[in-house]
Amino acid sequence: MPQRHVIKQISVFVNNEPGRLAKIARMLSEEGIDIRAFNIAEASGFGVLRAIVRDPDRAFERLKERGVIVKETDVIAIPMQDRPGGLFEAAAVLGEEGINIEYGYAYSGQEGAIFFIRVDDTEAAISALLDRGLELMKEGDL
Amino acid sequence: MYWNARMECMPPEELRNLQYRELKSLVYKLYSFNNFYRDRMDEHGVHPDDIQSLEDIRRLPFMYKQDLRDNYPCKMFTSPREEVVRYHVSSGTTGKPTLVGYTESDIEFWTDSLARALTSIGIGRGDVVQVSYGYGLFTGGLGLHYGAERVGATVLPASVGNTERQLELMMDLDVTAIACTPSYMIHMGEVAKRLGIDFRRDTKLRKAILGAEPWSEGMRRHIQEDLGIEAYDIYGTSEISGPMFTECEERNGIHIWGDVAIVEIIDPETEEPLPPGQEGELVITVIKKEAMPMVRYRIRDLTYMEDEVCPCGRSSVRMGRISGRSDDMLIIRGINVFPSQVEHTLMNIPEVGEQFMIILDRKGALDTMTVQAELRPEHFSDKMADMMAIKKRIDSDMRKYLNISVNVELMDPGSLPRFEGKAKRVVDRREF
Repeated sequence: MPQRHVIKQISVFVNNEPGRLAKIARMLSEEGIDIRAFNIAEASGFGVLRAIVRDPDRAFERLKERGVIVKETDVIAIPMQDRPGGLFEAAAVLGEEGINIEYGYAYSGQEGAIFFIRVDDTEAAISALLDRGLELMKEGDL
Repeated sequence: MYWNARMECMPPEELRNLQYRELKSLVYKLYSFNNFYRDRMDEHGVHPDDIQSLEDIRRLPFMYKQDLRDNYPCKMFTSPREEVVRYHVSSGTTGKPTLVGYTESDIEFWTDSLARALTSIGIGRGDVVQVSYGYGLFTGGLGLHYGAERVGATVLPASVGNTERQLELMMDLDVTAIACTPSYMIHMGEVAKRLGIDFRRDTKLRKAILGAEPWSEGMRRHIQEDLGIEAYDIYGTSEISGPMFTECEERNGIHIWGDVAIVEIIDPETEEPLPPGQEGELVITVIKKEAMPMVRYRIRDLTYMEDEVCPCGRSSVRMGRISGRSDDMLIIRGINVFPSQVEHTLMNIPEVGEQFMIILDRKGALDTMTVQAELRPEHFSDKMADMMAIKKRIDSDMRKYLNISVNVELMDPGSLPRFEGKAKRVVDRREF
């Protein structure tokens, strides 16, 4: 059942307008959306906010209603607390399987560090990682 | 010193007689050989016989840039193809370019017009002229090149770009005069300063012929005081041949040679003629053009004329500074851009909507153009590579159709202003 290991990330388009990111952050707080981890990728002229939130489906609907460009993206969460080198191992497995990591970012919470990765084939990545005995977080774990 | 004293200093009355005779023969020739203009005259209910004085030019129909586009490529040519020795092309709305053709005689009078102009600035044999206008389809480079060679100067065909090398050559070859856009001149000055080059001390450059984009007396002062160069204004567009007319050493208006062109200033709304000194829209008839005659061409620049004889002794009318346009054409780094071209380009890019804004800035000396377009939500991606590809596509399409590189800003849907009636899609923050 690889699906249970799929984590939903919300991805938000942030244009270059001054204060745009603050506006989106305010919307999230007004909607009571709790951000667990986030990452911002930026280029000249725009950025993409990627966030792991407590209830991604509700966050997606709320932001969409408010005219924000948002989409849900599947990512994989790799816990790093009891396995030093876990990230390296995961990357090596994916490399062997020919699965590309599009991007990744870390989160350090009370439960320890978690690394989120976005790959080009999520299901294949989950199967490969579980087959090699790596531990992955499940949707309810976060 | 004059290049052609008889023509340049002809008494005004005699010049007007000459213009009348030339106009009459031009109109007869067009009516006989140019289907486009004969149809236009017939629709307008005017016959060559109706031209009985120079003032009767007002009875003739106007020509518009749209006519050149509609008749692309060669339908407006009066000369057979084999008589055409050169083409120049400028980009146009909807990606459709404007083509201009020249016979040998067209190149000749264009070159002669510039030879007179350069002589009136004091440029001639012994000078080294760096032509830093673009060479190629644009008329600036080759036009000035021919003119400068004609007066016996040594020409350095530097074209545009690679400023450090241009400065090096300027010093090594003792360049005395340069022709380029005013913004490029300022940019060169800034690069020179950064490299520790002082124009007064390290170069022989004393004169600059600047044009192809709007500029102001403020920029002239800045260039003259900062760089120690005399700056002269030059005027022309590809439709009338290319850059053709300049100020003389007096620097008080651009001499429009009366045997080359007849100029009128009209009220753009009523199309009625305006008296000397009063600002209106320039209408130009190039008397000598063969391959592609231009009669009463609505060039869309706003300016005024002075008709008293210049202290330099030349009797031609003089044109004041171009203060603006009577249409929405933008001139960015010497390139003509219509907002409709931007609209058309965006329409073919599925990732963005049809709303847009154009923002013009001047960063240092160079104009920058930013195009804001609304991203369609279904094309949003969390992957930067996908997003960059959208930007890149817009940028490369703009470059392809407008001949200019732009900054692209992707916006949220609905975030750009909507207009009822006439859209104001251009924010021009440049200070000339």
